[in-house]
Amino acid sequence: MNMNMNMNKKIGLQTIKLDSKPVIIETFSSVGKKEGEGPLKDYFHKVHQDEFLNKPTWEQAETELMRTTVLGAVSNAQIKFSDIDYIFAGDLINQCTSSSFAIKDFGIPFFGIFGACSTMAEGLSLASIMVDAGYAKKTICTTSSHFCGAEKQFRFPVEYGSVRTPTSQWTVTGSGAAILSKEGEGPKVTHITTGKIVDMGVSDANNMGAAMAPAACDTIYTHLKDTNRHPSYYDLIVTGDLADIGSKLVCDLLKRQGVDISKNHKDCGSMIFDTKEQKVDAGGSGCGCCGSVFCSYLYHLLKNKKIKNLLLVATGALMNPVSSCQGQSIPSIAHAVAIES
Amino acid sequence: MGSLTNKDYDKLIKKASPNSTLFKDMLMSFITGGIICSIGQIILHFIKGMGFSTEYSSGATSIIMIFLGSFLTSLTIYDKIANYGKSGTLVPITGFANSVVSAAMEFKSEGYIMGVGAKMFTIAGPVLVFGTISSVICGIIYYFFYFI
Repeated sequence: MNMNMNMNKKIGLQTIKLDSKPVIIETFSSVGKKEGEGPLKDYFHKVHQDEFLNKPTWEQAETELMRTTVLGAVSNAQIKFSDIDYIFAGDLINQCTSSSFAIKDFGIPFFGIFGACSTMAEGLSLASIMVDAGYAKKTICTTSSHFCGAEKQFRFPVEYGSVRTPTSQWTVTGSGAAILSKEGEGPKVTHITTGKIVDMGVSDANNMGAAMAPAACDTIYTHLKDTNRHPSYYDLIVTGDLADIGSKLVCDLLKRQGVDISKNHKDCGSMIFDTKEQKVDAGGSGCGCCGSVFCSYLYHLLKNKKIKNLLLVATGALMNPVSSCQGQSIPSIAHAVAIES
Repeated sequence: MGSLTNKDYDKLIKKASPNSTLFKDMLMSFITGGIICSIGQIILHFIKGMGFSTEYSSGATSIIMIFLGSFLTSLTIYDKIANYGKSGTLVPITGFANSVVSAAMEFKSEGYIMGVGAKMFTIAGPVLVFGTISSVICGIIYYFFYFI
């Protein structure tokens, strides 16, 4: 009997229905100076003017970025670290060290996750499942990225005068943390659609949006089919960091399958920067892109009931510098989380 | 993804992706590269004017240009010039200085041996290797044509 009940939580091919509807009781977002000058500047909780955050290296700066974000979320929620049963965290730096160093002093049981730029949705998914399944009363998920750390690892030294292509994206210096709880006030997570890896043979690391768009398309299509919903059910369908080119492509790809999301689709990578004024080419990217935009602006919309239903679809390009150098294509993923206010 | 093949998708991407503004970039490169070379020429004439030999003066000019490229890199200015000047900042000797110094600055955080020492030439390394190889090949060709 019990087993049957659990089986009913899975609907369709890839979707889980969370009957208990875990509540996102608090979020916190921190960003760098450039992001703090963008269109969403009034929504971020903390804007760091110093890109080093008073630390000697980029890696330590990112660690500090995440550490202060988690601290901010916990203190704003007025809870103790001991109240949190699990933390899910991930980032882009080798072996996710930013996360490990950031949370090492908090004493919270930790699951390290890697979903590249889809980490925020992956974290939200796992943190919600934990709460819904009754294994935790409160969980927290967090992610971060740092422009300079990412440049160093994936492209060139920051001070190198390289020329960017118009399709390239600007890694967001930012971090977001969200606390999920069994009880409390706030937006609720209702459905989770876990993405599968999609690879359409794109190998241009300077056009990540194009590489990830098919993954976003697959997950959105599957989610709508699994939940038997029409795109218009959602006030907003927000993708993670497809930026301008990927956004165009995902709308195009879905249209080919008879799904029109062009009216209510937005993308964090296009929202966080003024792509022309701030000279970021196609838009923003990185774990912190979806992380900081969701934990600030989107959470604000949900909490103040300005929108009722949100589908957050964070996208990730699962490559590394070695696979790129070896000419391999970019396997991509997208995870969807449905949230109601 | 329905019936969409990788090839079809590639076509879609090409349609959606803007091209580089080639003419503008080339013009900016021409102007910036030209300005950098003109500065070098001015310095060369200045040193020569002080009565030094051509050979000595060109050596000294290279050293000064490398210094300027490195100095502007360390002040985090060179990459900003490159942002506007495109490849114009890449070609002259200052671009080479920028590639070495920027890497040295970046990897200083990993120590002087494994950081600065090992990774300083991550960008300039290929230029050195293939520059040397092609100069050897050119030398051999020159050697044989000299006798004809």
